Amino acid sequence: MTNQKHQFDASPVVVEDLAPALRLSLRVKPAHRATLGQALGLDLPARVGACKVAGGTEALCLGPDEWLITAPEGTDLATPARAVYATAPHSLVDISDREITLRLSGPAVLDLLAACCPRNVAAMPVGSAARTVFDSATVILWRDGPTDFRMDIWRSFVPHVRSLLSQVQGEIAAGL
Amino acid sequence: MLLIHCPYCEDTLPELEFTYAGEAHIARPADPSALSDEEWRDFLFIRTNARGPHYERWRHIGCGRFFNALRDTVSDRFLMTYKAGEARPTLTNEAAE
Repeated sequence: MTNQKHQFDASPVVVEDLAPALRLSLRVKPAHRATLGQALGLDLPARVGACKVAGGTEALCLGPDEWLITAPEGTDLATPARAVYATAPHSLVDISDREITLRLSGPAVLDLLAACCPRNVAAMPVGSAARTVFDSATVILWRDGPTDFRMDIWRSFVPHVRSLLSQVQGEIAAGL
Repeated sequence: MLLIHCPYCEDTLPELEFTYAGEAHIARPADPSALSDEEWRDFLFIRTNARGPHYERWRHIGCGRFFNALRDTVSDRFLMTYKAGEARPTLTNEAAE
């Protein structure tokens, strides 16, 4: 008789592609933050790394005057923003196609990220996000749950990031 | 690895997220065409090359901002960091120790 061992446990890390979404880069002076937030229908957070979600639209504060807004495809945020342009000058750029979003989850996800991110990812509060580096590629990392992350990667860096992720996944699966 | 405090993120983060950007507090000439060759040379190339506390610029990839830092070039220790545009802080004894 052959004794074959089957691995029925859930995979320690799952890496999956997320469906394309609308991504906007918003640059506006902090003085006009409230005006623009009102126009877009969500409160733009003032602290770097903070996220605010309102009705499917998510705003992430990347810098003192820079926000990343994500929303389901087809959401029209440009029209309400244009209406307040005269009082609150800003730049709102569609960057939907610039990045690809991966969802990283599973019990060993922190080990996977620690292999390539110099930042202490384990110390990131749930619900926060950060622009950081993943082996020299600039990425945006959201922490949606204790072991649930989203990572935005520039298209041209994706093959590099994916190959590293699969390599580390292999190491984790082998128990290294 | 060095840990650097970003004054915009108000967080202490690893060096790999930062880029060095030369000496700080070098004012761009208000009227470049009025400068003599020697003054222009000094503006472009002549730097303090300090041994000890050095005022320098760094950029944080996370928030995309340049800020200033005071770093000891002997010990490689960051004495303080402050936002760009703020006046050059005077070096106190506590910071130097």
